[in-house]
Amino acid sequence: MSTSASTGVTATTAEDRIKQLSRLAWLAGLAVLVAAPFIGLYPVFMMKALCYAIFACAFNLLLGYTGLLSFGHAAYLGAAAYFTGWLVKSAGLTPELGVLGGTLGAGLIGLVVGAIAIRRQGIYFAMITLAMAQMIYFVWLQAPFTGGEDGLQGVPRGKLFGLLPLDNDITLYFVVLAVFVAVFLFVIRVVHSPFGQVLKAIRENEPRAISLGYDVDRYKLLAFVLSTTLAGLAGSMKTLVLGFATLSDAHWSLSGEVVLMTLLGGMGTFAGPVVGAFTIIGLQNFLADRVGAWVTVIIGAIFVVCVIGFRRGFVGELLAWQRRRGKAE
Amino acid sequence: MDIFGIPLQAFLGQLLLGLVNGSFYAILSLGLAVIFGLLGIVNFAHGALYMMGAYVAWFAAEKLGLGFWWALLLAPLVVGALGVVVERTLLKRLYHIDPIYGLLLTFGLALIAEGIFRDQFGVSGQQYAVPELLQGATDLGFMVLPNYRAFVVFASLLVCLATWWLIERTRLGSYLRAGTENPKLVQAFGVNVPMMVMLTYGAGAGLAALAGVLAAPIIQITPLMGSNLIIVVFAVVVIGGMGSILGSIVTGLALGLVEGLTKVFYPEASSIVVFVIMAIVLMLRPAGLFGKEA
Repeated sequence: MSTSASTGVTATTAEDRIKQLSRLAWLAGLAVLVAAPFIGLYPVFMMKALCYAIFACAFNLLLGYTGLLSFGHAAYLGAAAYFTGWLVKSAGLTPELGVLGGTLGAGLIGLVVGAIAIRRQGIYFAMITLAMAQMIYFVWLQAPFTGGEDGLQGVPRGKLFGLLPLDNDITLYFVVLAVFVAVFLFVIRVVHSPFGQVLKAIRENEPRAISLGYDVDRYKLLAFVLSTTLAGLAGSMKTLVLGFATLSDAHWSLSGEVVLMTLLGGMGTFAGPVVGAFTIIGLQNFLADRVGAWVTVIIGAIFVVCVIGFRRGFVGELLAWQRRRGKAE
Repeated sequence: MDIFGIPLQAFLGQLLLGLVNGSFYAILSLGLAVIFGLLGIVNFAHGALYMMGAYVAWFAAEKLGLGFWWALLLAPLVVGALGVVVERTLLKRLYHIDPIYGLLLTFGLALIAEGIFRDQFGVSGQQYAVPELLQGATDLGFMVLPNYRAFVVFASLLVCLATWWLIERTRLGSYLRAGTENPKLVQAFGVNVPMMVMLTYGAGAGLAALAGVLAAPIIQITPLMGSNLIIVVFAVVVIGGMGSILGSIVTGLALGLVEGLTKVFYPEASSIVVFVIMAIVLMLRPAGLFGKEA
């Protein structure tokens, strides 16, 4: 942003215009989401997509704004899914306590893994987070409370705060939407905070951030814990929505998918991960009973195309186009 | 005779199995290290290349009637050629940008390969016969040694040491190491660096395929065999550090052994022991056992 401010009035107004346009686009998106159940969009699908949108927003906080590629983020979504499933089903807690427990549990695991992983940078960080996630996967495979290959099935939705029954899809949809909007706004708040500015500084140039006196490791760890906690929230909500938690929630292929959602939508943009999540989940939904094993091939091909020629993603390209237009005028 | 209450034969059998797995870790982490050194890319597709090596062996036996020894030659060539094509068409576009993109691209390639093979062969495993020459077992007195497993360990060691010799002791290897340090300067001296990079990736892919052929007779050949292994190999690479060739070989073998020992004494932990060791090493020596502090 500093460059645009220093190049004078036109650039600043261009940035302002982009901000206004972004806000308009977010409001339009929100309007569509509110109207969704009434215009024939299947609520369970929308809820699932929103959960993965939360997941991708959480992931983007790390990849897009801190420059850390965690290649094992499914571990936290999966952990929270299991915790919430167990708390609600076996311990009989109300859904909000189940979600709280699952979210905090994921954050706690994130704290441990993060403390280990931030000891290396760059590509090693990715490999370590992937390996740790695989370890956690094997723990779920053998742990007594996760149901092994079957997973936890038939998790009841229960009554929110013991009052509001969530069995109705429309009711639960608005609860999920509220959580999503809260997470979306929270991520914006974090990124614009002084803390978020330090994260960006680390992303741009870690040695310089260190030389400016920032305790980079603490910032990275805090970002990691925040991100894993929010990923946990996504997993907890997903368990409530679909009523099950299985090993595929913790599998490395999901860790790859969240990278793809963020990359495809536009990493380092607020709306990008949401767009990416809806695109990928929608695509999987559409392809599921049409092409069989080719879903994996198509996902892989999108990965390749994104990396080779579409690294800014949908929203990133849109923003870049707006900036070019602003300059041209 | 027992060791810590475990029959000696079972104990040594598990150790041998660990050593066999360790051989695969060694070959694969070696290939990863060489590719990373020159291309700056962590090759997630390494597991898929290993899987393809096994399938080439199976295909050669089923459809072409070519035996194990032919497969040992054929698979590295076929998969290596595929690697060359991938490097020329895709990877070379990524050398100037953040290395995480290399990981993501090869991850995508691994998904594509896995999906195609799953569509063609399903998820159930294919069997591959142990070559006639190596069937049976030798009684050593204190244990019965399955010939093929002994061969795998021996062949892998040979391949690893040959690679080490090639890189550390020959003129070609010195170009390679120089290219790792400063590709522009090496190019200025008249060495065809892009060609060297291409062949390096091809050779790394070929090594992975060779490991696949060696593994084919003792495992179920499935489309998923690679991705399950590659994540463990990543942990091996983090433990050893990618800086040293001998380091990767030693770390690979040692971790295989540790895994085998864990299977004897605490089987529940055998699938996670490598990751636990990785976490401990990172706490004590973040650069890895043989790595240089960056």
